[in-house]
Amino acid sequence: MSIGVDRINKRFNNFIAVDNVSLELPEGQLTALLGPSGSGKTTLLRIIAGLEQADSGRIEFHGKDQTHEHVSDRGVGFVFQHYALFKHMTVFENVAYGLTVKPRRERPNKEAIRKKVMSLLELVQLDWTAHRYPAQLSGGQRQRIALARALAVEPKVLLLDEPFGALDAKVRAELRRWLRRLHDEIHVTSVFVTHDQEEALEVSDRVVVMNNGRVEQEGTPEEVYDHPANPFVYRFLGNVNLFHARVHEGTATIGDLRVPVPEHSDSKEQDALAYIRPHEIDVLANNESGDAIHAIIKSILVVGPTVRLELQTEHSKELIQAELPKHQFRGLGLLQGDEAWLRPMQSKVFLREEDATNPQESDL
Amino acid sequence: MTELHTSAQATPVQLDRAAQWQRATEEPQWVRRTLIGIALAFLAAFLILPLLVVLVGAFEQGLGVWYAAVTEPDARAAIRLTLLVVVIVVPINVIFGVTVAWAVAKFEFRGKPLLISLIDMPFAISPVVVGLIFVILFGSQGWLGNWLSAHDLRIIFAVPGIVIVIAFGTMPFIARELIPLMQQQGKQEEEASLTLGASGLKTFWYVTLPNIKWGLIYGIILCNARAMGEFGAVAIVSGRIRGETNTMPLHIEVLYNEYMFTAAFAVSSILTGLALVTIAIKSTVEWWEQRTGATE
Amino acid sequence: MSGDHNSMTTLAPSSVLRSPRPRNVIPGFNITMGFSLLYISFLFLIPVGGLLLFTMTQSWEQFWRAISHPQVVASYKLSFGASLIGATINLVFGLLVSWVLVRYQFPFKRFVDALIDLPFALPTAVAGIALVTLYASTGWVGQYFDVYGIRIAYTQIGVVIALTYIGLPFVVRTVQPVLEDLESELEEASAALGANRLTTIRRVILPALMPALLTGYALAFARALGEYGSVVFISGNLPYLTEITPLLIVAKAEQYDYHGAAAIGTVMLLAAFVMLLVINGLQWWSTRRFSH
Repeated sequence: MSIGVDRINKRFNNFIAVDNVSLELPEGQLTALLGPSGSGKTTLLRIIAGLEQADSGRIEFHGKDQTHEHVSDRGVGFVFQHYALFKHMTVFENVAYGLTVKPRRERPNKEAIRKKVMSLLELVQLDWTAHRYPAQLSGGQRQRIALARALAVEPKVLLLDEPFGALDAKVRAELRRWLRRLHDEIHVTSVFVTHDQEEALEVSDRVVVMNNGRVEQEGTPEEVYDHPANPFVYRFLGNVNLFHARVHEGTATIGDLRVPVPEHSDSKEQDALAYIRPHEIDVLANNESGDAIHAIIKSILVVGPTVRLELQTEHSKELIQAELPKHQFRGLGLLQGDEAWLRPMQSKVFLREEDATNPQESDL
Repeated sequence: MTELHTSAQATPVQLDRAAQWQRATEEPQWVRRTLIGIALAFLAAFLILPLLVVLVGAFEQGLGVWYAAVTEPDARAAIRLTLLVVVIVVPINVIFGVTVAWAVAKFEFRGKPLLISLIDMPFAISPVVVGLIFVILFGSQGWLGNWLSAHDLRIIFAVPGIVIVIAFGTMPFIARELIPLMQQQGKQEEEASLTLGASGLKTFWYVTLPNIKWGLIYGIILCNARAMGEFGAVAIVSGRIRGETNTMPLHIEVLYNEYMFTAAFAVSSILTGLALVTIAIKSTVEWWEQRTGATE
Repeated sequence: MSGDHNSMTTLAPSSVLRSPRPRNVIPGFNITMGFSLLYISFLFLIPVGGLLLFTMTQSWEQFWRAISHPQVVASYKLSFGASLIGATINLVFGLLVSWVLVRYQFPFKRFVDALIDLPFALPTAVAGIALVTLYASTGWVGQYFDVYGIRIAYTQIGVVIALTYIGLPFVVRTVQPVLEDLESELEEASAALGANRLTTIRRVILPALMPALLTGYALAFARALGEYGSVVFISGNLPYLTEITPLLIVAKAEQYDYHGAAAIGTVMLLAAFVMLLVINGLQWWSTRRFSH
């Protein structure tokens, strides 16, 4: 069932949590709401669920207005960051809860409930915990039970609020792969909130990047990562180097380097910033092509199979980060303090006024 | 009752408005108002009315009568005796509370739950039984009665008996305040102080005490209030000798039984004021802890 | 019991030295523990033991006669029954009051919250004369009931009122912190799973509060069983009708019938032990089952 979010606004006192957000979340897809804390992603999720009321705007499930429906009538499955399992009930009773609270005429009989619960517990691979209490399970197990409980009522949409946020790194990585596989199996329209870009990019079909209560960009993980719509998305989706540049009639100049920027063909002599990811920088031992940026290697850090370099360019004070495979770096034969030349393989140039609101700029 | 009535009338209107959307963790407004109304009515009947009765009873005939009642010789003797008992009992229980809390909170040992239960015991034992225990121990027909009278010592129907039963009855209060507080604070700060070369006593004085200050103050004030107000146990051991072994509560009982209601309420009003100060301090301490806890 | 403590204090240093863990650097265990045990022993253990021994100096028949006299049995029934009713009233209203205090906003909430402790801080004798004055047939409250022929003071209803009054803080103060810590997500999860508010309260909130409610109930009941000061004024102390058990102990002690008093006192002491066991058991059960 698709989810329609139509011009939703929500403020808490003076804080604008959600600022006129409209979204169309297609049926059967797993969408990530990605953003820093305070970006309004959790509030939006809770508004979709009916746990918060929007100040204005509409929520639709498959074209049907849900704005004034109570959470208990919306048919959503909601998974909380801290599991919210009922401590006084066994795992079985927790999963069965949604079925047992149905009005008598809709309620399945005991045997049907038992079958359903056991099949869900098998789905989350925890059928052996049926008669335990939540306190006896690990965090990852609890979250899987919470998911089974949410699925028991066959929700129209599944909403997950930072579902892996309380887990340690290893369990987290396992569980998100598992969630991806599970979603491929059950195909219920799902939305999950996360502040971890890696998680969003790895698990979801679609990513919605939020900041300051607004949607900055939405698209497939690849689109969003490869073609960030603005500096915020660029920065939020991973480490990035900023180069000062001047843009004139479709060409950006960074030091000696000229980069074509057809999208800025109308600009004349404008200040700009070029965004280049560390792994999108080619590090060269010499300047044979004559158009690379000169730099000095300040530090070399080997992290497993990759090498991270910090380099200083003549044109700016800030250190540039570059990342390349270890074998490639070995081939260059460079040492700390050596000269090197940098050539971006891919970059994105934003004019300065677009970036005016960005606080990080002052750091540079 | 009127509260209930008005909210019931308001129901249809409220429902209409609330029917649109209801937060998952809240009840409809008419339910909220009804529950608040019932709770406040219950508390008013059980807490406010008795308080008012005491204050009205004490002051309805004017300040002069009140003053005369609390300054007549028997009343003054009762107040003096009560203060004397408090001055003895509270410091002893402070020492006990601090030492037992130190032992329980900073050390691990076998039988700790048993010790904590023992500290709780005076809560559970009827004050009357407490009094009885010491009458049997020290009374003229008790275990030590003959020995005591041979040495011309009086404990029962005298001040020492009163002190002992009140010390027993108020034993848990300071300890119960301090134990959870000190357990929660752990012992890292003390260990840090000791590694910096401070002695045990200095560590207690400069590190532990400031941390438990507010809990200790509340414990003292509660212990004080309960010591002044102890009735059942004292009733058995004091013998109610006017001007000698009557504490304030016993004096109140005597006055009441002699139909001197105004005087009874006048003396009661002093203890009531003390009780109000006690809960005000508790409330302030809690508010303070919440505030400082929130900023930390 | 004291033997156990002795062996503990003397054994502790050597067994600590032998253990591979570093010694606790904090000083003062022996002196604080020693003083504490001394104080508890002299003020509490030895006197209580004295009472039990004294009770045992009489014959079984004498003891049984003292504790099974019809007047005494009537007092058990009243003390037990009225305490049970009072604690039950407090269970219901204590839950309501703590719910209202934690969940709702209203004027003077801090003041009301602070006032809950009043029965704990107010001397029982003061409470006693205040309650009897209120509920006497001429009192502020009593007069309205008197119109319908209902008498409160000097009846068993009066005893229940007094025992409700002194037990009031217990349920509120045990339930309140648990309710404050209850995650709102539990209620939201329940609602999202389709439960209506009443179902959520019945199946999610109340079970979570149950250990605290039972503990508060047991505390209020235990306190009411032994209560004396606030009851004697309002009860009127009519034999077989409104005499509570503690009153009989006082009466017997005042008549120098120490054996009779000790026998009944022993019964009450046992009841207190049982209640304490129940309360500790409840707390043990709830932490074992619900803590992570």
